[in-house]
Amino acid sequence: MKNAFPVLVVLAAIVGLWYLAVAPMNIRTALDQAERAGAVIQPEGGRARLEVSVWRLMATNSEHISAGYDLERPRLPTPAQVGRELWKTTGEMALRGKAMSKRSLIYHASVTLKSTLWGFLLGTFLGIAGAVAIVHSRVMDMSVMPWAIISQTIPIVALAPMIIVLSSQLGIEDRGVPKAIISAYLCYFPVLVGMVKGLRAPSSSQLDLLRTYSASQWETFVKLRLPASVPYLFTSLKIGIASALVGTIVGELPTGAISGLGARILIGDQFGTPLAIWAALFAAAMLAGILVTLLDFAQRITLKRMGLEA
Amino acid sequence: MITLIFSIAAYIAVWAINRTIANSPDRDDRAARIFVPVMLGLASLYLWEGLVTGLGVSPVILPAPSDIATTFAASTGILWQDFVQTVLKGALTGYVMGCGAAFLIAILIDRSSFLTRGLLPIGNFVAALPIVGIAPILVSWFGFDWHSKAAVVVVMVFFPVLVNTVQGLRETDAMQRDLMRTYAAGYMQTLLKLRLPAAMPFIFNGLKIASTLALIGAIVAEYFGSPTRGMGFRISTGVGSLSIDLVWAEIVVAAIVGTLLYGSVSWIEKAVTFWHPSQRR
Repeated sequence: MKNAFPVLVVLAAIVGLWYLAVAPMNIRTALDQAERAGAVIQPEGGRARLEVSVWRLMATNSEHISAGYDLERPRLPTPAQVGRELWKTTGEMALRGKAMSKRSLIYHASVTLKSTLWGFLLGTFLGIAGAVAIVHSRVMDMSVMPWAIISQTIPIVALAPMIIVLSSQLGIEDRGVPKAIISAYLCYFPVLVGMVKGLRAPSSSQLDLLRTYSASQWETFVKLRLPASVPYLFTSLKIGIASALVGTIVGELPTGAISGLGARILIGDQFGTPLAIWAALFAAAMLAGILVTLLDFAQRITLKRMGLEA
Repeated sequence: MITLIFSIAAYIAVWAINRTIANSPDRDDRAARIFVPVMLGLASLYLWEGLVTGLGVSPVILPAPSDIATTFAASTGILWQDFVQTVLKGALTGYVMGCGAAFLIAILIDRSSFLTRGLLPIGNFVAALPIVGIAPILVSWFGFDWHSKAAVVVVMVFFPVLVNTVQGLRETDAMQRDLMRTYAAGYMQTLLKLRLPAAMPFIFNGLKIASTLALIGAIVAEYFGSPTRGMGFRISTGVGSLSIDLVWAEIVVAAIVGTLLYGSVSWIEKAVTFWHPSQRR
C-alpha cells in the first residue's frame, strides 16, 4: 500500500488538469449560448469568433468562462458532470427499482458483460485447447503457431462487420453471438501464449523424474505440466478478460447495436449527447476494473492454496 | 462438388506432409519452418474456395478467395487511396506521435521515483481499458479528416508504450548502476549507455502491442465519420451496399499492413536487441 499516496496525488493532478482544460474546450459553446441569450460578446457572431484563439476569447470574455462548466452538451464535460450522469443512469435508477430499464447503464453493462463472459469462456477454452495441442504435437506447433501470431496482427475491427453479416445470414438471431465471437478472437491469443509458456515451464529434470516413475503422457500432463502452468494461466486470463471486453465493445461500435455500452457510445454520438458517451466510457472502465480485480483475487486465493504464494 | 472433395483431400494431404516434416530430423531447418505454415495457409484457402463453390454459397454471404483476388486486382486504385488515407495519414502519423510522446514522457517521469510509483499503476489500468470508445469524442473534436484518426491512435498507443518504457528503465540492477558510478558516468551517460539499451526489449514489447492497436484505432475512428475514402469508411459502406468482395479486399489489405507493421517492428527489435537471451540462437 506504499504506492497509495503517489497514486492519489497523480489522480488528483489528472482531475485538476481536466478541470483546467474544460475552460478553453468549452468557451466557444458557452459564448454562443450566452450570445443567443442576449449577452454582448466580443467579437460578435460565432463565425467571427472562429478566427480568434480560445485564449483571446477567454481573456476578453472572462465573465462567461464559468458558464462553460455547466453546459448541457459540452465538448468536454467536467468530472463532476460525468459523475452526476453516471449516478443518474445507474444508482438513482437502481434506487427507483428501474435497474433493468433500457435507459439504465446497469442494463447496458449487463448486456456487454454477458457477451464478454461468453467470449471469454470460448476464447479461454480455445486458447487452452490450442496450447495443449501445441505442446504435445510438433505439427501443431510448426503449422498453427505462426498463424496464431498473424491472426492478431489482422485488425479485428475490419473483420467485425463481416462476422455480424455472416452470423445474421446464417440465421443466428441473438445479437450477442457475433460479439462473443469477436471478443473470443481477441481473448484466445494471450491465453494461448501464456499456456504454451506455462505447460513448457517444467524443467527437463522434472520431466525426466516423471519418466523414471514410468508416468504416462497423461499423468505427466495432469500431475506436472498443468499445476506448473497455473501461475501463467492466471496472468494471461487477466489480459484475456480485458481484451474480451475491448472485443465486445468493438463489436458493438460499428454495427448499429441497440443495447450494450458500445451501443450507448454510438447512440450518444448520433444524438449529440456527449455526457452519455462519457458516462458509458467510465462504466466500461469500471467494468474492466471489476473483472480484472475479481480474477486477481481468484489468482491470489488459488496460488495460496497451491503453496505458490508470490 | 468435385472441387469440394478435391480441396478436402488436399487439406488432409497437407496435414500428412506437414506431419512427416515435423517429425523428420530436418524440422529445425529454416526452409521447413517456413514451408509448413505456408502450406497450411494455402490449403486452408483452397478449402475455403472448395467449400464456397462446392456448396454454392452466395457471394453476398461469403465470396470465394478467387473472387476476392479478382476484385482486389480490379480495384487497386481505390484500395491504394484508402491505404494512404487510413494507414499512412491516420495510423502511422498517430503511431509515431503517440510512441514518441510516450517515450519522452517515460524518460521524464523516470527521474522521479514518486511519479513512477504514482503513474505505473494508473498507466497499467488505463492500458487495459477499452480506449477505442473515445473515437466518437475525438472525431467530434478534430473533425472528419485524418487528424481525428491520428488522435485516436495517439491515445490508444500512448499507455502501453509508456508503461513498458517506464518498466524497462527500471530493469537495470544496483550492481550495474554502481559500475557506471565507479566510471564516474553522469545521468545522461548512464541513460544512453546502460539503461536505455537494457530497456529496449520492454520498449519493443510496447511498440509491438501498439502496432496492432494503431490499425484498430484508425479503422474504428472512420466508422464515426470520415471523408469518402479510407478503409473503415469502405468497409462500413461496403457492408451496407452488399459489395462484400470489396470489403474482403480491404480486409486483405488490413491483414497485410498489420502483418508488415508487426513484422518490421520485430525485425528492428532483432537488430537492436541482438544481445538479449530471447534473440540468441
